[in-house]
Parts: sequence; C-alpha cells; structure tokens
Amino acid sequence: MSESEAKLVCRDVWKVFGDGAAQFLRSHAGKATHDALVEAGLVGAVRAANMEVRTGEIFVIMGLSGSGKSTLVRCLSRLIEPTAGEILFKGENLLAASDKRMIEIRRHQMGMVFQHFALLPHLDVLHNVAFPLDVQGVARDKREARARQMIELVGLAGKEGFFPRELSGGQQQRVGIARSLAVEPELWFLDEPFSALDPLIRREMQDEFSRLQSVLKKTIVFITHDFDEAIRLADRIAIMKDGEIVQVGKPEEIVLAPATDYVAEFTRNVPKAKVVRVRSVMKPATGRMPRDSVSPLATIADAAPLFTGRVTRLKVVDDSGRELGVLERADVVDVMMRG
Amino acid sequence: MGAPAQAQNNTQPGEAEASARRRRGAVLAWGVAIAAFVVFWQFGKPLAAWAFKYPKAYAIPAQAWISSGMKWLLNEATFGLFTFLDLTRFTAAMIDIPYKLALSLLSTGFLQGQGSGAVQLLPPVSWIAVIAIVALLGWHAGGRRLALLVAGCFAFLAMFGQWDSAMVTLASILVAVPIGVVLGLLLGIVAYRWPALERAIIPLLDLMQTIPVFAYLVPILFLFGFGPTAAVVATLIYALPPMTRVTILALRQVPSEVIDLGNMVGCTPRQMTWRVMVPSAKDSLMVGVNQVIMLSLNMVIIASMIGAGGLGFDVLAALRRLDIGAGLEAGMAIVALAIALDRLSQAYAYRIAKPHHETAANKGFVARHPYTVGALAFVAVTMAIGLAVPAVQDYPDGLKVSTGPFFSDVVGWINVNFFDVLEGMKNALLLNVMVPAKRLLLDLPWFGVVVLLAFAGYRLGGWRLAATIGALSFLIAATRQWEKAMITVYLCGSSVVLAALIGIPIGVLVAERDRAWRVVQVIIDTLQTLPSFVYLMPAVMLFRVGDFTAMIAVVAYAVAPAIRYTVLGLKGVDPRLIEAGKAMGCTPWQLLSRIRLKLAFPEIMLGLNQTIMFALSMLVITALVGTRDLGQEVYIALTKADTGRGLVAGLAVAFIGIIADRLISAGARRVRQSLGLA
Ligand SMILES: Nc1ncnc2c1ncn2[C@@H]1O[C@H](COP(=O)(O)OP(=O)(O)O)[C@@H](O)[C@H]1O
Ligand SMILES: [Mg+2]
Repeated sequence: MSESEAKLVCRDVWKVFGDGAAQFLRSHAGKATHDALVEAGLVGAVRAANMEVRTGEIFVIMGLSGSGKSTLVRCLSRLIEPTAGEILFKGENLLAASDKRMIEIRRHQMGMVFQHFALLPHLDVLHNVAFPLDVQGVARDKREARARQMIELVGLAGKEGFFPRELSGGQQQRVGIARSLAVEPELWFLDEPFSALDPLIRREMQDEFSRLQSVLKKTIVFITHDFDEAIRLADRIAIMKDGEIVQVGKPEEIVLAPATDYVAEFTRNVPKAKVVRVRSVMKPATGRMPRDSVSPLATIADAAPLFTGRVTRLKVVDDSGRELGVLERADVVDVMMRG
Repeated sequence: MGAPAQAQNNTQPGEAEASARRRRGAVLAWGVAIAAFVVFWQFGKPLAAWAFKYPKAYAIPAQAWISSGMKWLLNEATFGLFTFLDLTRFTAAMIDIPYKLALSLLSTGFLQGQGSGAVQLLPPVSWIAVIAIVALLGWHAGGRRLALLVAGCFAFLAMFGQWDSAMVTLASILVAVPIGVVLGLLLGIVAYRWPALERAIIPLLDLMQTIPVFAYLVPILFLFGFGPTAAVVATLIYALPPMTRVTILALRQVPSEVIDLGNMVGCTPRQMTWRVMVPSAKDSLMVGVNQVIMLSLNMVIIASMIGAGGLGFDVLAALRRLDIGAGLEAGMAIVALAIALDRLSQAYAYRIAKPHHETAANKGFVARHPYTVGALAFVAVTMAIGLAVPAVQDYPDGLKVSTGPFFSDVVGWINVNFFDVLEGMKNALLLNVMVPAKRLLLDLPWFGVVVLLAFAGYRLGGWRLAATIGALSFLIAATRQWEKAMITVYLCGSSVVLAALIGIPIGVLVAERDRAWRVVQVIIDTLQTLPSFVYLMPAVMLFRVGDFTAMIAVVAYAVAPAIRYTVLGLKGVDPRLIEAGKAMGCTPWQLLSRIRLKLAFPEIMLGLNQTIMFALSMLVITALVGTRDLGQEVYIALTKADTGRGLVAGLAVAFIGIIADRLISAGARRVRQSLGLA
C-alpha cells in the first residue's frame, strides 16, 4: 500500500516512566532492555516504537492490557511527552511544536475517543458534542448545528437534552464518537473505544464504526486488546508486547506468518480462511485461464464455495477487469486445513 | 508437588519463630525503657533537677519573639508602596462592605446617619419574608419536607425571641461562606497545578487545623481590631483549610481521561481549569462547601469573643452570668440554625450531583426563575404591608415564648432533687480518678517523658518520627508550657478514655443492627454539625464550672467519631472471615473479640485519633468554664490581647495534637501490617 503517503510517522519512540528516565536512556544509547529498565526501577511503557500510519487507513494497535498501547497513542498526540524519539505529523515534528501550535493542531486536526468515554458530567449530549467547538470559540448557532449533525450521524437524534449518566454505555460512547468528529479531524484516535461495552453492543458498535468509516474515510489509529476486533477492522495491525511493537502488517500477513510465538498464540484460534484473502495465495497466471473468476479481495472462506465438482482453478480478476492470477483448489484447502 | 510443600513446611516454623523472637524483643525493649523511666522518675530528682522542671535560664523566649514580631508587623512591616497595616485595614474595609450590606438586609435595615440619630431609610427584610425565602430554597433544593424543616427552624428562631441575634450571625455567615469557598477553591487549584506549592501549603493547613481557634483570634484581634469584620476574617481562616483540601482531592479525582479530553480538544490552561476540571469535580466540591458553611457557623459563634455579636455573644454572655436559661435558649437557636443550614446545603449538593433538565431558554424571565421572582415578590409585598402592620415587619413581642425561666426552673429542680447524686458522681470521679491522674502527670519529669515519647516514635515509625516527636515535645517544655500541657493531656486523656468507653460499646452494639445504626448515624451527624459552644451549656447546667464539667462537654463533643469509626471498622471486616469463624464454631463473644474487634482495631484506633483531635479543639473552648490548662492560657491571652502568649500556648496544643496523631497513625499502620490488611 505504499501508494498512499504516511500521515503520521513514529520513529524510535520511547516512553520510560520513573525518575531519571531520560538520563538512563541516554546512558544506554537508546538500547535499554526490558530487564535493565526493571532493574533500574523504571517502567518502559513504550520502547523503540517505529510505525507509520498512512492516509485513509485504519491502523490498529493490538496488545494485552499493560502492553503500552495507551501510552503509545498518547505519545502520538503528545498528551504524554515521549522520553525519546521523533513523531512526524504530515511531515511536521510534533515534539518540536510549541504549546500554542499543539493546541492549534489538536483543535483542528485530531480527534480522540476514550475507553471510558470521558464525557463531561455537567453537560448534556448536545453540549458535550459541541464542547470542542465551544473551546475554539465557534459561534453558538454554528457549533450547535454542527453538533446536531454529528448526533444524527451516530444515531442519537432526540437524545440531545440527556445527561451522560442517563445514557447506556453504548449510547455514551456514541456521544464520545460524535464529539471527536465534531471538529472534522484528519487523524482520529480511538483508545479501546468498545472495551467497556457488553459483547453484543460491542459487535453492534464495530459494525457502526465500519459504516461511519466507509462514509468518512478518516485516517485512524485504533487501539484494542481484542485480536478478533483488530482482524475485523484493521487495514494494518501493529502488535505490542511489553512496550515493543513485535510485528506490523496486514491482518492476513500476521495470521499467515506470525513473527513470534507470542503473535502466533493470538492467531491460533483465528479461522484463517476468514482473514486470508485471495490475493495472498493466488499464483501467477500460467497456461490456460479458467472460466470462473473471483475478486482478489475476497476471503478464502468466500472463495471456497465457488470450487464445485469440476472447477479446480479460479481466475483472479480485480474491479477494473485485469487478470491478476489464478487461485488453485489445493491452496484453498491448505489454508482451510490450517484452521 | 512434594518438594515445595516440604519447603514451605520448613520455612513456616522458622518464620513463626522469628516473629515470636521479634515480639519478645519488642516487649523487652519496652520493659527496659519503662523501667528506666520509672527509676529515673523516682530517684532522679536530686541528681537532675533540670529534668523535672525546665530551667528558666534556658527557656526559649518564643512569646517575646512572637510579640515583637507582631509589633514589627504592626509598626514597621511594609511592602514599599503600602504598609502591612494598610493591607489589613484595606482587607477589613473590603470585607466590611458586603457585611454591612448583609447586616442591613437582615437586621438593621438601611440607615442614614450614625448612632442613635440614624434614620431608617428602608427596613430589613421582614421575618416572614426571610422564612418564606428559606422555605423556597428548601423547596427548590429538596422538596416539601425540606421546605417545612428549614421554615420550622427559622420560625423557631422568631418564636423564641432569638431572631435579631440569629440574623446577625447569619449575616456573618453569608459574607464568610462565599469568600471562604472562592478563596479555598483558588488555593486548591493553585496547589493542584503547582505541586511544589502544594508541598508548602499542606503542612500549613495541617497546623491551621490543629491550632486551637482561640489562638489565632489573638493576632486577628490585633490586626483587624474588635468587631464583626475581624470575626469574619477569623472565620475565613478557620474554614479555608478544609475547602482547600477538598478542592485538591476533588481535582485529583477527575479521571485522567477527562484531562486527556481537555487537552485533545485544545483547551488552554484556563479553559482546562474552569471548563473541564472544576465542573467535573463539582460533586465533591459541594462537600467542601457544606463543610465551609458548618465550620463558619462554628467559628462565627466562637468569634463572638472578638466581637462577632449574634447568637455566640448571647451564649458567651449567659455563660459569664451563669444564666443557664438564657444560654440554653441561645444554644438551641444555634442548633436550629445549624440544622437548617446543614440540610439546605446538603440538599443543594445532592441536587447539583443529579442531572436536571434546563427549561427552554426562550421562555420569559418569570418562567425561567420562578423561585427568584417568587422570593422577590414576597419581600416587596411583606415590606409594603410591614409599613402598615408592624407584626409583619417584626415578630410581635407578645407572641414570643421565653423558655429561659422554664429552663432555669428545670435546672433548679434538678439541683434540688439530684444534687446529691450528681455531686456524688462528680466527686467520686474527681477524687478517685481525675485528681490522682493529674497529680501523676504533673509529677513526671519532662525530660523522661520526651525521651519516652521519642522512643515510642522510634519503635512505631523509625528515626524520623522519633526526631519529630522528640523535638515537638521538647519545644513544649522549652517554652515553659509543660505544666499546663500536662493538665491539657490529663483532661484530654480522661475525656478520650470516657468517650471511648461510651462510644466503642455503642458502636459494637449498633454495628450489626442496621436500623439502630441509621438512628445513631442521624444523631451523631447532627451532633457533629453543632458548634462546639453549644455543648457547654448543658454541662454547666448540671455540674457548674470546673474540670469535670469541661470533661463532660468534651466527651459529648468527641464521642461521635469513636462511635462512627467503630461501626465503620466492624462493618469493614471481611464477611468471609466471620463466616469462617462461625464454621469453626466460635461463640458470638469469640467472634466479636477474636475476629471482628481484632480486625477492626486499626480503624478503631483512627477513630480514637479523631476523638483526640475533637477533644483538643473542644478543650480549648472549655476554658470558659474554668479549666487551668493550655486552653485557659490561650483564653487569658485573648482577653489580654497578648499575641505571644496566646500563640505559644496555642502551638503547644497543636504539638500535642500532632504528637498524638503521628504516634497513633504509625501504630495503626503497624497493626494493619501485622494483621495482613495493608
Ligand atoms: N503515569 C504512569 N506512571 C508510571 N507507569 C505508568 C504510567 N502510565 C502507564 N504506566 C505503565 O506503563 C505500562 C503501559 O501502560 P498502558 O499504556 O496504560 O497500557 P495499555 O493501554 O496497553 O493497557 C503499564 O505497565 C503501566 O503500569
Ligand atoms: Mg489502555
């Protein structure tokens, strides 16, 4: 996907909590190991993180609780000052930006959704959603009109006058989403937005989120501790462990080729056929092309029923009608057999 | 499986042995220390007389220092453009403006001219209108029942002829509370934003809350003169620390995500404070407001000593005349005022915590502010009617009920019929317990006590605690406050013991009976809202003046935390442990003594700590009924306007409080660790 440029680049970012963290890092030439940090009584919440988020993609950061996801995402928006490293937002070095410039960037170009919603208890839904605009000094009728639009978008029309504690968890998070979208951010952070919700609601909210994104086409950094959620939503996934990013890749890359045992542990129970797409297992076209065709973006699970008694090969054709290759039954079976 | 189990079996006896050895070591160390102390006390006098009576030549002249410091402040201190005295005068003038306004509204009316030649331009708000306003407030905040309660309390004031004094008191509170809330909030915000400042402020707040109130009345008297303005200043100083503390805590409790949100939407620091932090902390902040109101009432009553006037002055005057009837009446009026203010402010706190839907903004003014409009209309109407019908303006004298003579008769009757019983009780306790305890304490060598206290500090909390406690207790001796301090310790000690003997059993009794606990809770909550002055009257009524009376008043004031913490501690015991105890076949008594009380012990100790703090603050007030302790010293200093003497004695009381607090907290921590609760 190198065709779209990077919106946000994070180079060798460290966040170490504890006294004398910066000094410790410098003296270890930026190579402090987990054990060395623990020994010094420090917490290496984020260690040497490298990644880039491309325009228009959903970039998911996945890791167990305590692996440093929240810290990393807060470094990206500079809510937490990284101990070392570089963060480039549209080419601008965020760590060199003045306080005033940061306020400017956050007001107009970033939005964030929080795990526990972070709604202001004294404001009703309308005013909560309008709050970011209010802070900017947008005129009252303009900001309230915009807020109503956003409330409509997330399906809460009619609840404008309700206070946060009168809403269910799912509704509260819809308010949080509406609020974060009110300023039309270019970069949208979501820190475990659905983790505090019941499983059924969570599923519903994930679908809702996909719907929103298909309309909005934002650049998104999405945090979760749920591998299934990551697989379902991500264009690309970064997997974190103990503050380190252990693997970055498309869901199918991670499922097909986990970089470490740790990652493999997550992928074990994932039905590969539902993640792996045709383009990843197709072969270059040789010999006679089969008659029946399949999209390169279809999952193996989608493609499998197309192999009927006589059909053993499928032609892979993209939207514009180009023939990209061939999908063999044996490869499909192979993926299905792997679970 | 076998190997680790065996290893455990091996270590357990080892550990048990070690802890038994430690315990034996501790007992031995204490035994040696106490034995050495007793030997020194019995035989040391001829060898080291200085250790028994602090030598005058080496005394720290703190009183003189403070007094000359005060003189310097008054005469010389300057900020360049203006002097310190200018500053205090300016402050006084600034406070005087709203105070005059409040007083005019509630009590004197708006006057033109001075003294007896003054002409009333506009009468004060009539009693009917005031009652209507508080009823409306009650209705607004908590519905009909609250409206009836507060209206009833205020009607009580009118009926029993306490209206004028009560309105003077209320005027001071109306001025002190908003200023106290705003200043406390600002101070709290500043402390929250700059942790270095917080580290400087917190010890100051600790000290301000442990110094007895009388002690800082003295310098205030100096700087602000005698009168209601000085009283408001004193009230502010008294009510500020809790508001500051509550603010810091409330801001800390704002979830970090909400702070992140504020930053994410690009709040400036000011927007962060006023649009995110303070509104999010509003519920907790209201608790602080309630505290400020109740503390202000307490202090405004006490500040009658520096000219606050009002109900406090009535109590004070009655105490001086030993006019029990009048004193009790004024006391009951204070109770009525306290209950009304407490319930009203709590209801508002609760109301703010609940979401309520704003009425549409495009309605008219009347529709949006029905309560305000109603209140204003009522004031205007009663004022107009009041011009024609005096009874509407002022509560008619003919309808006033005086209970003064009645109470005097009751007291007379009690004294006639129960004199022997009460006197016998009093004398028995005095002669057999209190006087010997006092003698004993006075006889102890100060040096030995200082060393023993430091030793206790070392055993419970290490060297730093030992140094703190040693230094504080040494300072009490070195400023030549030792004897009075010992009397304070004896009075405080006997009151605390008595309060514990009453409070802990009550706590044990009600802890398992929810209905009873609810009743007791209402009672102790109400007792705690009452200004400390109120406790003096009944005690004096029954036992006249003296140490015993002081003790009774202190016990009545300080018993509430003993009950409360006992119940909280017992309720906090893990129910699974109690079940386990039952399963093992413990009798109810064994359950109580072996499991519940044992595990609740740290909590009960903290309750005792609170009891001591309450007792110390009340003890100073009991100087009015003729004790001979540090409180009396402060009180005398107050009447003589001797800043040095007052502050030194006041600080000595604060030191006693701090020593007790640190030792007990360290002890409770120890016990909690050994019980595996920490
Ligand atoms: N302010 C802080 N001070 C010290 N340690 C912190 C702080 N915030 C987070 N940590 C530590 O950093 C690690 C990563 O935390 P976090 O980023 O919240 O993880 P996640 O969001 O993945 O659950 C954890 O070990 C946590 O205890
Ligand atoms: Mg997190």
